[in-house]
Amino acid sequence: MDVVDVLWRLLAVLAAFLVLPLLVGQAEHKVMAHMQGRVGPMHAGGFHGWAQLVADGVKFAQKEDTVPAEADRRIFRLAPALALVPYLVVLVAIPVGPDGFVAQTLDAGLVFVLAVLGVGVLGSLMAGWASANKYALLGALRTAAQLMAYELPLLLSAASVAMAAGTLSLPGILDAFEWWWIPWQLAGGLVFFTAGMAELQRPPFDAPIAPEEIIFGAYTEYSGLRFALFLLAEYAGIVVVSALTAVLFLGGWHGPASDSLGWLWTLLKTGALSFLVIWARVAWPRLRADQIQRFAWTVLVPVALAQLALTGIIRVVTA
Amino acid sequence: MTSRELLSPSGQDVVFVLVGLVVLGAAVLCVTTRQLVHAALWLVVALGGLAVQYLLLTAEFVAWVQVLIYLGSVVVLLLFGLMLTKAPIGPSPDADSGNRPVALAVALAAAALLVTLVIDAFRTAWIDLDTPHGTAEQVGDSLFRTWVLPFEALSVLLLAALIGAIVVSRVRSRAGGDR
Repeated sequence: MDVVDVLWRLLAVLAAFLVLPLLVGQAEHKVMAHMQGRVGPMHAGGFHGWAQLVADGVKFAQKEDTVPAEADRRIFRLAPALALVPYLVVLVAIPVGPDGFVAQTLDAGLVFVLAVLGVGVLGSLMAGWASANKYALLGALRTAAQLMAYELPLLLSAASVAMAAGTLSLPGILDAFEWWWIPWQLAGGLVFFTAGMAELQRPPFDAPIAPEEIIFGAYTEYSGLRFALFLLAEYAGIVVVSALTAVLFLGGWHGPASDSLGWLWTLLKTGALSFLVIWARVAWPRLRADQIQRFAWTVLVPVALAQLALTGIIRVVTA
Repeated sequence: MTSRELLSPSGQDVVFVLVGLVVLGAAVLCVTTRQLVHAALWLVVALGGLAVQYLLLTAEFVAWVQVLIYLGSVVVLLLFGLMLTKAPIGPSPDADSGNRPVALAVALAAAALLVTLVIDAFRTAWIDLDTPHGTAEQVGDSLFRTWVLPFEALSVLLLAALIGAIVVSRVRSRAGGDR
């Protein structure tokens, strides 16, 4: 790989990182509006308000960036970057199409992706503590508790796919993919997607943010661009979790005419899953913090373990 | 490799030493800072630097596991504990305990032991950095073929620690319930 090639790949990742979360954000405006029987933002940019998010960005950039007097200033300022950057790094390892259509093939890509995703939560924890605000601290505490509960089912269900494919490399998993993996790994896929949504603190798992009770949790004291960075991290997280679910459990670029249209299948599957994430926000009320914990430990962990056992049995029988 | 000379370092050697200095600095700051949460965050830097060292030594799998377990879980657990105890912003004057000299002595003794052991064991070992040594397959092979007994012994040890923690916390919560 020469320098120009590497630069092209990194530029493509950066472009995807800048465009896809905005698309998801705009889709969220519109999908939620139509599910609730209204039209959503219609004016900015003319056609169906397509430029609303750009206008929001301009608004955030103009707002004053305040830091509370009692806050730990350096950590308070650093936190949004730490929340956002891991999602950019993860995109590097996600395969889009066949034959090396991936920014960087990693031998242990699956472990890399899950490891870097786990780092992002440090941003929320730092934000919650450094704000010197009781609501922010409560939000950060809930974030940490939720992450520790949902990391385990996430890892277990991902391990099931790695066992099925016999490799930890994401392109390698897709090369080994067969269509009957979808029913075989269905339970694991549901666990992975649900746990991923919980790690992103998306509704119905948004007790750590919960505007009505703890006023946006760890992000209470943020304004302007730094708050926008947290919002961007949330949308980037939706893209990453949807893309990972598509790659691990729905066959990624596999589909009709996958040699030439593989990248389209990946994008379509990612888009459909992102739609589900948005749908969940409209469809379900928020779970309480204790209900979130109980759901992880009494439902998701046993199901993930059962999926792991099933994968092992079928691997041994068919080997 | 034919030219095994300490005096003609390659680019990887230089980066290894620089990252090592960062890790050392972060570790020293971690134990000397008087702000509790800052100590945990310096620990993040130190542990992340170690992951970079593993990468430089071509142990890719170990590096990602280091990030997954230590940065993603252990530090989150630490921060969770610090937040539960309402760690204040700014310096904590009572952060230093009276055991400081003892702790220093124990740390120096442990470091001396480990350094002696590692130097004695690997004095003549050289790593060829051009071929990967730590892919998932290689680690799995050596773990489950050569070192399977220590691996199983460790997992039994961890299981015992887990059960012990549950027992201890159950006794405490029952005592708390009687109040």
